[in-house]
Amino acid sequence: MAERKLKIATTSLAGCFGCHMSFLDIDEKLMLLNDRIEFNRSPLTDIKQCSPSDIGLIEGGVCNADNVRVLREFRANCTILIAVGACAITGGVPAMRNYFDLRECLEEVYLNGTGVTNPQIPSDTELPLLLDKVYPVQEVVKIDYFLPGCPPSADAFLQLLVPQLDGQKPQLAADQLHYD
Amino acid sequence: MTDSKSSKSTATGTRRIAIDPITRIEGHGKITLMLDSDNHIQEARLHIVEFRGFEKFIQGRPYWEVPFFVQRLCGICPVSHQLAAAKAVDQLAGINQLTPTATKLRRLLHFGQILQSHALHFFHLSSPDFLFGFGSDPMRRNIAGVLEKYPDIAMQGIKMRKYGQQIIEAITGKRVHGTGTLPGGMNRPLSQTWRDALLADIENVLQWSKNALRLNEQIHTEHPEHADFAMFHSNYLSLVDDTGALEFYHGGLRACDSGGTPIFDHQDYCDYRQILREEVRAWSYMKFPYLQQLGNDRGWYRVGPLARVNNCDAITTPLAEAARRRFKAFGGEGPVHNTLAYHWARMIEVLHCAESIQHLLHDNEITGTDLTAEKGDRRQQGIGVIEAPRGTLFHDYTVNDEGIITKANLIVSTTSNNQAMNESIRSVANQYLDGHEITEALLNHLEVAVRAYDPCLSCATHALGKMPLQVELLDAEGKLVHRLVKHGGAETRV
Ligand code: SF4
Repeated sequence: MAERKLKIATTSLAGCFGCHMSFLDIDEKLMLLNDRIEFNRSPLTDIKQCSPSDIGLIEGGVCNADNVRVLREFRANCTILIAVGACAITGGVPAMRNYFDLRECLEEVYLNGTGVTNPQIPSDTELPLLLDKVYPVQEVVKIDYFLPGCPPSADAFLQLLVPQLDGQKPQLAADQLHYD
Repeated sequence: MTDSKSSKSTATGTRRIAIDPITRIEGHGKITLMLDSDNHIQEARLHIVEFRGFEKFIQGRPYWEVPFFVQRLCGICPVSHQLAAAKAVDQLAGINQLTPTATKLRRLLHFGQILQSHALHFFHLSSPDFLFGFGSDPMRRNIAGVLEKYPDIAMQGIKMRKYGQQIIEAITGKRVHGTGTLPGGMNRPLSQTWRDALLADIENVLQWSKNALRLNEQIHTEHPEHADFAMFHSNYLSLVDDTGALEFYHGGLRACDSGGTPIFDHQDYCDYRQILREEVRAWSYMKFPYLQQLGNDRGWYRVGPLARVNNCDAITTPLAEAARRRFKAFGGEGPVHNTLAYHWARMIEVLHCAESIQHLLHDNEITGTDLTAEKGDRRQQGIGVIEAPRGTLFHDYTVNDEGIITKANLIVSTTSNNQAMNESIRSVANQYLDGHEITEALLNHLEVAVRAYDPCLSCATHALGKMPLQVELLDAEGKLVHRLVKHGGAETRV
């Protein structure tokens, strides 16, 4: 009898995709996992909206209204929600902009930038509302587990996911608790 | 149609359809279509919706930190950012020439990066479109589907990417966001153990690269209809070496027009400010670069594998050069303008990377220990340009007397393809969607066009946006964390 596959949804908010890349660094094991897991909404699939899933992996912090919406969509649909990487947990490098006023940043890029033609600040309704600061994900929704690292190693992803395939709690070896 | 390929009517009777988010690309973007009541396309746009603000927040930091901050703009091509910044930092530190070992290590690192990024893009992200069809079942149209149906192809892709990542790990200590470059050199030698391990696999990697190229050549010869897909004529920009050959790490700028005639050649990239300008448009956070001498209407250009293979006069490694000649022969006179030929050109480059890696690993200097050059007189401006997997990448930094950054400008590769990606979706929308009932399968055609460019919208959006109206950020308990108020004229929905 075929086992039920564990459903995993993933997204990148204000992140660099490095955490997703590190997950793919499990290399050939992706083939083995493929028998046991199924991807839901993820940059790797064409599923554009999250539906009920066992695990949600969130990369990146929260920098705009879209990020808030997607994060809530994940919280509402995922039994276990995991913040993956420094950006999700602390805001990371994108949160360096928190030391500056938003307007200053805009002006630097769109009005005072090198070689700019037609200086203006993009304002179309298609562009999501930007938050004044970049927030860690746990300030917006409840998070069940935190996987540190920039990015967490491929092994850390496996240690996080493999026990859950058998309904166990994830375990992280001490040497995987690192922050670079 | 899936839910978030959403559709809604407006007061004027036009209908808006959004593909949000675009999937199987790196980064955050969406496509919007405006249609009239007969489903005729009024407008098709690619919007880049995310921002960083790097140019601002890097100000005030010491220059030697830059390569390690800036690579965190992009986890797919972090090495490209690290290397472009490192080249700028070399200039800031007054160093003109690296040691032979340091130069070779950086080149090896860069070949590893291009190999892994290209493999990722084709096998993990784009191959489902070609193996299953543009309009095939969206639930299967992904890497998991390829692993099930075509395990050999998927596994070769996974192993090619792995090999590139291992090169990066061997040189920088980590597969993603390691450290390697120093002002004027590199921070550790390549160990003999790593060199042996990498050499042990290189024959396989060469074979897989040949297979990947053959698969792409097959796709294009068996599907003549691909030739017209999102096809249009454009200018091309890339680096070339002194002889005009394909070059990724260091060279002069060459721009060619749509007939293949040089607009300029062997330009020193430190003069890029005289050559390029960037236009801002209200509906995207990504700017629109163009060649100043042609103006913003006619001066836009394409970068990346298609531009590089079109622009170069030769490739220095034999198998890739033979592949380039077949590519040229396929295109006939002048450059190949087919947008889907990006994939083919990408696989020619993969083969060139594999050949070059083999060559460098056999070079005894690669494990040398003379890694840093003597520092010279510090300079106030440093400009580093390389060919990243997705195209020409510009980093430009100004520092004060204390070595603190006072100004930064980046033109990332994907930004240069902004106009071209918009042209591509317009072309596909008009050719395939206009007047038809819009289905998921048709909408994926638009994404296929964007994917051809392998856009990395993660690093294309290092700028910050504007807040058009009030929003409240609530915490998990529903408590107000922050409220924002509109300060622009535009009406919007949240
Ligand atoms: S934690 Fe690091 S790797 Fe992950 S998204 Fe942030 S910068 Fe990228």
